[in-house]
Amino acid sequence: MRAPVKIKTLTIDGKEVSAREGETILQVARENGIDIPTLCYLEGLEPIGACRLCLVEVKGINRLVPACVTQVEEGMEVVTNSERLIKYRQMILELLFSERNHTCSVCVVNGHCELQRLAQRLGVTHIRFPYRYPNLPIDASHERFVIDHNRCVLCTRCVRVCDEIEGAHVWDVMGRGINSRIIADLNQPWGTSEVCTSCGKCVHVCPTGALSEKGKAVAEMEKRRQFLPYLTVMRGGRQ
Amino acid sequence: MSQQKIKLATVWLDGCSGCHMSFLDLDERLLELAEKVEVVYSPLVDAKEFPEGVDVTLVEGAVSTEEDLHKIQIIRQRTKILVAFGDCAVTGNVPAMRNRFHIREVMQRVYEENATQSHNPPTDGVPALLPRVRPVHEVVKVDVFLPGCPPRADAIYFVLTELLEGRIPDTSAVTRFGA
Repeated sequence: MRAPVKIKTLTIDGKEVSAREGETILQVARENGIDIPTLCYLEGLEPIGACRLCLVEVKGINRLVPACVTQVEEGMEVVTNSERLIKYRQMILELLFSERNHTCSVCVVNGHCELQRLAQRLGVTHIRFPYRYPNLPIDASHERFVIDHNRCVLCTRCVRVCDEIEGAHVWDVMGRGINSRIIADLNQPWGTSEVCTSCGKCVHVCPTGALSEKGKAVAEMEKRRQFLPYLTVMRGGRQ
Repeated sequence: MSQQKIKLATVWLDGCSGCHMSFLDLDERLLELAEKVEVVYSPLVDAKEFPEGVDVTLVEGAVSTEEDLHKIQIIRQRTKILVAFGDCAVTGNVPAMRNRFHIREVMQRVYEENATQSHNPPTDGVPALLPRVRPVHEVVKVDVFLPGCPPRADAIYFVLTELLEGRIPDTSAVTRFGA
């Protein structure tokens, strides 16, 4: 017999909602039609709270908390869309745009990009921070796929899907802070990886044009993610 | 708003003219605009000098040369509402892709490695390139941002009609980077 599910009640943006114990604020919000913006989060992968777009205010807590990794508690009062939060979310997106070379007009996922869509949704019409223009490489050594570090936002969805779902753990993160970089195996050309199964899951979970299929021109690459919830179910509901 | 026509200017800095082409895609709506707007300076009209007292200027293109820098400062002084018109003006876009290289490397690539005839960068009659291509708002104050590569004619129409009504438009409703 499974233990009975404990129910928590809380309010999100003034709306009274109930949740199962152990659920996150993000899950409960989405179940109730309240959409908190996310970038690194992807249903079916372990949440890591890295991008900070899902930061919310919780009454009585003196800092902002990431909704994707914060479990609900009885009596919580959550605000998801204050002016302060919108300001911070805009800043986060602007910092991402300024940090690398996201030239949307000549990107394979132009029109299908989560970063681009979030910018529009959150009213980011220009970048107030100076662009850094780092000179980052493009690795096209894999026979079917390309990684363009200029367009990477370090969400680590590729790292997680390869580790948690495919079980190959080709990808990892090298370096620190602004010098962080996604690497294949022991920082070698992707095409020389001995453990990559060429499954393409990393390509399809990537929110931007950082990972794409070869042979796609501007705006031609669309990501297919139908496999994720299915694979999660097959793994017995483990997140 | 009085019946006096709004003075509109359009300029073309480092861009491909695609935003101006999109402006022409307003088609029959150009006639409607012509009732309310006088185009006082533009690649599309024959004015040599940027006039004083312009109400709205659409700036296509990024700031890439000494000449662009000079022009945009004069334009700012003489314009009430300055619109960064298209992704090059708003973000630097494709022209700014050279920014990750030193200007010396860029010149060498274009005028030496890939040159079939002359092997020297031109110096006469062309303005010197700036070390870095800049979006317009990094150089002068911008009042309205109209991203898109190019912004669709509908988005341009929306912005112009909002401005004509005396409102500052929310452009994220109608366009985005790369649109």
